[in-house]
Amino acid sequence: MDGIHDLGGMQGLGPVAHSAAEPVFHERWEAVARVLMEIVAGAIDATGGEFRHSIERMDPGHYLTSSYYEHWLTAAATLAVEHGLVTRSELEARAGGRFPLSGPVLAPAVADPGPDIGEPRFGVGDRVRVREWHPAGHTRCPRYIRGKAGEVVRLDGSYSVPDVEAHGTARRHEPTYSVRFDAVDLWQDGQRGVSVHVDLWDSYLERA
Amino acid sequence: MSEDGHHHPAPASPVEQRVAALEALLTERGLVPQGFIADVTRRYESEIGPLNGAKVVARAWADPQFRERLLADGTAAIAELGFGGAEGSHMVVVANTPAVHNVIVCTLCSCYPWPVLGLPPSWYKDAPYRARMVREPRALLAEMGCDLPGDVEVRVWDSSAEVRYLVLPERPPGTEGLTEADLVGLVTRDSMIGVARL
Repeated sequence: MDGIHDLGGMQGLGPVAHSAAEPVFHERWEAVARVLMEIVAGAIDATGGEFRHSIERMDPGHYLTSSYYEHWLTAAATLAVEHGLVTRSELEARAGGRFPLSGPVLAPAVADPGPDIGEPRFGVGDRVRVREWHPAGHTRCPRYIRGKAGEVVRLDGSYSVPDVEAHGTARRHEPTYSVRFDAVDLWQDGQRGVSVHVDLWDSYLERA
Repeated sequence: MSEDGHHHPAPASPVEQRVAALEALLTERGLVPQGFIADVTRRYESEIGPLNGAKVVARAWADPQFRERLLADGTAAIAELGFGGAEGSHMVVVANTPAVHNVIVCTLCSCYPWPVLGLPPSWYKDAPYRARMVREPRALLAEMGCDLPGDVEVRVWDSSAEVRYLVLPERPPGTEGLTEADLVGLVTRDSMIGVARL
């Protein structure tokens, strides 16, 4: 989905609040939220795709104004409700107030994932173009490279396609690649000597 | 401390109340093993962290053959030091040189090489870093104190699939006499993300 999580290239977000060192968990609730997500994911046998998508579906305003572990908490509660472990009214009764959850899944479950792609279609040095498409469900293809051409710089082996595994029990495996894009091709702003490498599944790409 | 000398804990914030609510409900359903939260917290706080990555970098500086293996197969070479596992089972190590600077980001979420760097810092997971590092890396690096000469090529690595990246910083000049153990102390977390040079 073209969600708020897909941040690459967005402007106006301000400075990076950098610190050289910080505690792993600033407050105890962050650690608990993290563990609760692990517990829920284990209980429902969530894939990485389903887990990430449960964060991506957060209300955009909530996403941008809450911390990382509040994302995890919201996602854990959302998946727990969607899989029938708890109900929203139980959560709100216990919390003594509103308990915001992520929005609904917009894509249908994947019934037929299609065949695995066995052999890589591309090799190092090949020019490829990222498909220009806007899936309603989970994808690991960022918006800022869609329709852009780049060069394959590395083959990384075959993995389960997140777009499929996030939406049901079907799975498809495909080769993955690291693709180099010249920054000037992405942003048309005259940058020199800058490249951005993005790791992509085979079906995100076509020959350029 | 209040005026009467007794400690009154701060009232729970809304997010703490929500965490407590989910924790209580999952515990009632028997899904939270006793001690599990403490065990997991200890694992993230003490077993992984940037000291592991610093040991990898120092070994690469001290041992050219290890450096070669590290750049050829990061996962296997890092495993020689005993590090690996979740978010580190497909490692690619990218080496800085006088002509090339590498930096890692995850624009879609917060992918990060846990076994060698620990859990990511807040700023790495927040929107500004994720939005800007792919769009204006030179400007953002300069803003973060990493001012690169204009002729140094910048390579940004967006961790969008299964690979997790580690930047191998250049060995600082004047460190020829140091032991591998001494070198470990020179390596910062930021240099292994690529937002600093040593």
